[in-house]
Amino acid sequence: MTAMLELDRVTKRFGGLLAVNNLSFVMQPGEILGLIGPNGAGKSTLFNLINGVFVPNSGRIVFNGIDITGEKPFLVAHHGLARTHQIVQPLTNMTVLENCTVGACFGREDLPLHRATEAARRAAALVGLDDRLHMLALHLTIAGKKRLELARALAAQPKLLLLDEVLAGLNPTEVEHMIGVIRRIRDSGVTILIIEHLMQAIMSLSDRIVVLNYGEKLAEGLPADVARDPQVIEAYLGDPKLAMQLESKDGGASHGNAANV
Amino acid sequence: MLRRPFFWIITLVIAAFAVSPLIGNNVELRESLALAAVYITLASNLNLMLGYAGYINFGSIVFFGLGGYICIWLVDAHSWPLGYSLLAAAIGVSILSLIFGLGILRLRGPFFALSTIGIVEGVQAFVENFKPWGGSSGIYISPEVFKPLGGPGPALWVIYFLFVAVMGASLYLSYGIKISKFGLGLLAIGQNEDAAAILGVPTPRYKALCYSASAFLPAIAGGLYFFKGAFIQPSDAFDLTLSTEAIVICMLGGQGTVSGVALGAYLYEELRGYLLTSSTFSNFQLVIAGLLLLVIVLFFPSGLMGFIHSRFPRTQKVLE
Amino acid sequence: MSDALLSVEGLEAGYGEVQVLWGLSLKARRGQLTAIVGANGAGKTTTLRAIAGTLTPWGGRVMFGDEDVTRLPSHVKAGRGLALVPEGRQLFSAMSVAENLELGAFSPHSSRSYAERLNQVFGLFPRLAERQRQRAGTLSGGEQQMVAIARGLMSDPEILIIDELSLGLAPVVVYQLLATLKQLKQAGLTILLVEQNVHLALALSDYAYVIAEGRIFTEGQPAELAAKPEIRRAYLGL
Repeated sequence: MTAMLELDRVTKRFGGLLAVNNLSFVMQPGEILGLIGPNGAGKSTLFNLINGVFVPNSGRIVFNGIDITGEKPFLVAHHGLARTHQIVQPLTNMTVLENCTVGACFGREDLPLHRATEAARRAAALVGLDDRLHMLALHLTIAGKKRLELARALAAQPKLLLLDEVLAGLNPTEVEHMIGVIRRIRDSGVTILIIEHLMQAIMSLSDRIVVLNYGEKLAEGLPADVARDPQVIEAYLGDPKLAMQLESKDGGASHGNAANV
Repeated sequence: MLRRPFFWIITLVIAAFAVSPLIGNNVELRESLALAAVYITLASNLNLMLGYAGYINFGSIVFFGLGGYICIWLVDAHSWPLGYSLLAAAIGVSILSLIFGLGILRLRGPFFALSTIGIVEGVQAFVENFKPWGGSSGIYISPEVFKPLGGPGPALWVIYFLFVAVMGASLYLSYGIKISKFGLGLLAIGQNEDAAAILGVPTPRYKALCYSASAFLPAIAGGLYFFKGAFIQPSDAFDLTLSTEAIVICMLGGQGTVSGVALGAYLYEELRGYLLTSSTFSNFQLVIAGLLLLVIVLFFPSGLMGFIHSRFPRTQKVLE
Repeated sequence: MSDALLSVEGLEAGYGEVQVLWGLSLKARRGQLTAIVGANGAGKTTTLRAIAGTLTPWGGRVMFGDEDVTRLPSHVKAGRGLALVPEGRQLFSAMSVAENLELGAFSPHSSRSYAERLNQVFGLFPRLAERQRQRAGTLSGGEQQMVAIARGLMSDPEILIIDELSLGLAPVVVYQLLATLKQLKQAGLTILLVEQNVHLALALSDYAYVIAEGRIFTEGQPAELAAKPEIRRAYLGL
């Protein structure tokens, strides 16, 4: 079975800053892979490298058997890779239906206009926007805009979907709804790579987790294992030695030693 | 397209333009409508870049002027018939625009806009020094060229119907593109070019196609315009005033709409005609244009048609 | 008078259309060091900004002593004894150390003179006394943090709110700063501290809150919290 996505020692530098360092991992078709890591770990940069917004300094990115390293975004889209953005990018003066139609027209399937409109309707219905098809994107709430971002990506019938913080800013009910939508999308056969700060959500959605820290892979595995990995815990909670040295300087007069955290 | 009401509105307008001066052989009306047709042609084609793709082309005059030069030169120096000269001018200018496009279409926003002015200035400087095209004195054509068209009198009628045909083609083209997949891609580029690219719109190819398409018909209009006047010189052919007026018209009428731009062009031409002939305002034509632009940008950013659409939502499906 | 100097109830806040805090409640008790921990994006800085007045809350209440200060602008709150040491120091880097301190000293409520307060601050941070005419932007990270804290102290606050103490500083410097904070606490200052390093926060504080997804996930005495897996769950979801 061909891997859906393969990253082979991908590196990206911005001047002196090493944003992504020698990163490798593989995604199988139909899985949900969660990408976590402290702020600035390189997660969004990685998405930009995969879909062609940035070009890696070295390394390869292979999508469904095709080498897409450094290919322009619109070509990557034609291969069947779609993405949502952390800061939503709606086509503001177009309606929900028009936004989704653009996705359907120019994505993997390259449909003619009337077929694309049908695909657009289906995608909008999947995320629950079918009651607002003719509303201008700029009139949607933030939750609506996030759904539109997702519907537009889905309308292109992608094989791989990159979700960048699609839950951020949503209230708990909306988060629940979106999680259900994401599961349905996976069930329909789409492979998903997801970045999310809502840890409980991403840990429960993902089949596997990759942890990034300072642009490098810190850990990879099942969510439960990753959550107990001491290196991962230290990356998020900080260096325990700092506190222990403090206590010893103090003569042990401090309060807790956080050993069980 | 034939099922849409707006298609028939366009057809009606074309028919009106064609028929009305014939009534009573109204030469004055014909001349006024000819000028309106030129403005509508220029503005509608500019709208492809400005209103659809969101790229402000200050130098659209270069298509008009170069079209004029190629046509006049072929008619005068090589005795080509008018029809072939116009076609050759249009094809030549479209190809040239693809070449220009290679250089400037990777620029965005104000940089693109400035570079379009640069192209006009560059082309004008070239032509002023290009002897085969008369340099800065320009080219006069002899009245002989009107003979195949039946002499000067009938020639003006032929030219007029050709103007109407070019205007009609521009309106059909601009509407046809708007309702096509290509048009949807252009509109997406105009809204958010990076998002459009990520969605799979082939932005470099589409922008080049749009720029080139927006050159074809204005080149023919230019050929006709200068053929009619039997004279062309660089300062007229590359006068930035006309392309600036085209931008004002697009914004006045409602950029991105076909009807708005056409209506705006017609109204602007009438206003301009009035100002030029009125004793009080004749020197203030450009000042008025500038003021108009200010008022539109501040208070009516979606132009006349945007205003009409928001007041009468039913018209959105009919007046596109 | 309750023992809570600062009390936040049901705080809701956000940026533009995006809501970050969904009903957050916490208390900073008099004379104690209260710590706030949580993952990036959980809402720690947003909480401090809403308390200090840099950000206007969308809902909920902030009580300072017995007074409702929810919608007071930040300079007024500073004048009443609530001082914020912001994330990343945010000094006036082109100005001298002394000028930075002077700018922190506007405080109608203080009973002590400017000279007294300056002396106290230089007593706590002798290094700053040596460098008082130096441009603040040319100081080391640790010294800049000292200036930031000192500037906060110049307004003679009842509560000092610090956003990220240890970020980007060498351990040795952190210990010095912490020792100074301990001194201040013993002298009666109430401290509310957001800290990136959970272990440090627990080692220092009298009480701690763990924020996740814009709400208080869990809270308690540091020794209790250290023994439970809740903190890890707040950061890692499992």
